[in-house]
This record gives sequence, structure tokens and C-alpha cells, in this order.
Amino acid sequence: MSIAAWVKRLLPPVTPLVVVFAAMEVAVRMGWVKEFLVPTPTSVFHALFTDGAGSREMWEALLRTAEGSFAGFALSAVLGLIVAVVLTSAGWVQRAFYPYAVFFQTVPIIAIAPLLVIWLGFDLRTVVASAFIVSVFPVIANTLAGLLSVDPALRDLFRLYGAGRVATLFKLKLPSALPSILTGLRIAAGLAVIGAIVGEFITGGGLGGLIGVARREQRVDKVFAILLLSALLGVVMFSLINLAGRLSLRHWHASESAS
Amino acid sequence: MTAIPTSASTGGIGLTLRDVRRAFLGGVVAVDGISLDVAPGEFVAILGPSGCGKSTLLRAIAGLDRPTSGLLQLLDPNAKEKGDGGRALAYVFQDAHLLPWRNVLRNVAMPLELMGVAANERADAARNALEQVGLGDAMRRYPAQLSGGMRMRVSLARAMVTRPRLLLLDEPFAALDELTRQRLDEMLRGLWDRAGMTVLFVTHSIAEAAFLADRAVVMTRRPGRVVIDHRLTLGRERSGATRTSEVYVREMRVLYEALERGDRGEPA
Repeated sequence: MSIAAWVKRLLPPVTPLVVVFAAMEVAVRMGWVKEFLVPTPTSVFHALFTDGAGSREMWEALLRTAEGSFAGFALSAVLGLIVAVVLTSAGWVQRAFYPYAVFFQTVPIIAIAPLLVIWLGFDLRTVVASAFIVSVFPVIANTLAGLLSVDPALRDLFRLYGAGRVATLFKLKLPSALPSILTGLRIAAGLAVIGAIVGEFITGGGLGGLIGVARREQRVDKVFAILLLSALLGVVMFSLINLAGRLSLRHWHASESAS
Repeated sequence: MTAIPTSASTGGIGLTLRDVRRAFLGGVVAVDGISLDVAPGEFVAILGPSGCGKSTLLRAIAGLDRPTSGLLQLLDPNAKEKGDGGRALAYVFQDAHLLPWRNVLRNVAMPLELMGVAANERADAARNALEQVGLGDAMRRYPAQLSGGMRMRVSLARAMVTRPRLLLLDEPFAALDELTRQRLDEMLRGLWDRAGMTVLFVTHSIAEAAFLADRAVVMTRRPGRVVIDHRLTLGRERSGATRTSEVYVREMRVLYEALERGDRGEPA
């Protein structure tokens, strides 16, 4: 893309951001809004980049949280996929176990995070478990939907040529379900970040732990800076999955393969 | 690894149906007492209005569905081993139903892959099948890059790749424009001429049935029964000229009248 095209693309989303930041800066500096309620964007910038040890601590916390989110997400992706495949193996399996998979969707993670600490301790394992619990259901549900909506004609064709269960799974069902699986992973990526941060509220450490500290110190500038970092983490994970999706589905649609 | 069945040389599979009936749960009778004999290597069109149980019949013949009652037998004059039936059959659907993540060559090779044929052997067979449908230069392309007519030709090549002795087609060209469809009709007729398999071609088009088949079986609307079983008097050679010939028009009329009778629910 040319520079002009980039400008054209970035201008619409960036403009509101600039306007809001400018308004915040002015409102606080003019004393219309108290600085302990809303930080100036410049102070958030300071906390993120020019606050010496404080800034370094934040970026290190980002890495910790990234670690927990990625691990929890990877666990969700792998186990979610396996669970969905097992659920479709027979009608009775699905009827017997799917309701319990739904349970994961309704778990109030805030409420059970303290319990996870008791079970797993004040370390990364709790954070990973928390990220996993909130992010596994979308993977299961979307993979399941994908596996169940395989083209019936193609199923017939596989039957006609005597394909076994394994061949049908790997050569037909899973590839057919790929778009649905990717949708599930995209949702799971954002949820895994939330789950990891909630876990860190309890265990300390990472962005979640830092938010707790900043809140107690009434440092709204730091809280905002950490929120930005967690959003950054979510966007990075989401983009990685989008990229993986575009690469793996590039032949499916004429628009993307024609060029 | 099994070798590609070289069944084409051994001709087609015959077919015997006696009082085949298929009723679905809830009481809908799709097919009601069909009796039919198809000789090995025959090209038979099954003509009927939409929803007359043509597809149900075809699925039953393919072994994808079981008739509620009646006898359905495949007669393979050259069968050496039993239980080989599935591989001798091929099925073409109304839409191409290709795998979007596979290129054309790998789509066509898919049946052989499922049957356990070695990779280089199945690639050769797929290439050969694609050349037969005139797609020798589109092998690396993906289904999304093809037109509807090309996709259908890939689907046809996929069916031909196992050298089937019984080819079942369920309104395969119904979604295509008239010209493309006529070309594909001619191509199919040519494939049959060379390979000599038995063909059962389900359609709701009188023109298509008359052009393609040696014999047309006209069905009533649901529950499906046979109105007439008509041997067409057109020669073996079919071409564009066939479509304007007098015999062709006369045959179309016969089929049209039978179809009308069937629509009023009057079996012969």
C-alpha cells in the first residue's frame, strides 16, 4: 500500500482518538476535571515510556501477562478442539457431556479465581488456569458447530469411497470446520487476556497485579497506562489469529486467491 | 496400496429393481414400487418433476440409503471379489461439491486417496481424468477460481477417476446456463462412449434426457412410479445437429406427454 492509502485508512480511526486525548488534556489542565479522577494523556505517556523503573516494571508485567494469556489460550485451543471432536464422535456423548461444557461459559471467573489460588498456588499456573477457563468454551462451541455442519453431499461421497472415521475427520470434517474454528479462536484470544488479568488480580504480578497496586496508590495515570497495554496484548493476539486465518483460508474465497 | 481398478475394460454394471419402495418417517412415500432393469453399459435417463423421488432412488442404488421394501441388485458380470461394489460406483451431485482447500488436481485424486491408491498413481489418474474433461491446464487452480461449468467438469473428472462401472448423476448440470449445459451433455456422452460404463442420469429436463440417453424412464410426481420406460430411437452418435433433428423433436414430444400424464398422477 502507498503512503496515501495508509493515511486514508488510518485517518478515520485515529481522528476520534486524537480529539478525545486533546479534550482530556485540556479539561484536566484547565482544572475542569480533577487529575485524580482522569489522567492527562501526557501523564499516561509518561507512565508508559519515561518513568524509568516504573515504565520498565510495566513492560515487564506485560510480558508476564502475555505469557499467561498465550499459555491459557494455547490450552483452550488444543483441549477445546479435542473436546469438540470427542463430542461429535457419537450422539450420546454429545448429549451426555455438552451441558457440562456450557458450564465453562457461565463460570464467574472473579468468584472462583481465589479458589484457583488455593488449588494451584500464587503462581503462573493459576493465571493460566483462569485464562483457560474463560476462553475454552468459544473454542468448543464453534468447533462443534463447524464439525456438525459439514456438507452432507461430501459426507456421502466419503462414505461411497469407503473412507474411515480417521480419514473423514482429518480430510473432511476438520478442514470444513476451519472457518468456524478460527472464529472460536478469535473470541478465545480476547477472553484469554481478560482471564489472565483477573487471575493476576488474585496472585499478584503481571498487568493484573500492577493494576491492583496502582489502584491502591490512586495512580489513575498508571491504571490507564496498564489498560492500554492489556488492550495492546489483546490486539496482538487477535491479529496473529487473523493472520493465521487469512493464510489457511486463502484458497477458499476467490477475492483473496485471485491476486 | 491397491492399484487403480481397471474396470473400464470390463464394461458396466447391470441393475435390477423390483418393487422398490422408500417411505420416510412421518409417512411420506418418496418412491412407490419401482421396477426397472438396466443392462450393463446402458445410458438411462430418469425423468420426472421436482420432488418425485428421483434422488431417493439414486441414493438407494448408490447404497447411501436403504429401500423400505423391494429388491435392489447390482449385477456385475465381471465381479471377481464381493464387497468391491462401492468402488465401482461414482456419484455426481447437482452442485460440484468440491473441497475448497484442495486444488483441482487434489480434488480429483481424492476418491483414489480414500481408497488407498499410491500418491504418484493417483496423480497420474487424476491428470488423465482432467484431460478427458478438458481441464488439463487448470490442475493447480482452486475451486473458488473456477466458473460454475468448470467446477462441474472437475466434479465429473472426480467421478471418472476411479473408472466407475456405474455412474450415477443427480441433476448434475441443472444449475448451469443452457450453453454450458449442452457442452457438458456432449462431453458426458463422449465419456460414456469411450469408457462404456452404465449411466443413470436423473434430470427434470426433457431436452437433456432425450439428447443424452438411450432409454428414458419417466416418473410420476410423488409418490414416484414409472409412467413409461421408453427406448429412444436416436442413433449412437449425438451432436449439436441432433438437437434440431426431427426424431429428436418427436422423442421430446413422447417424453413431454408422459411427463404430463405423470404430473396428473396417472401411471401407465
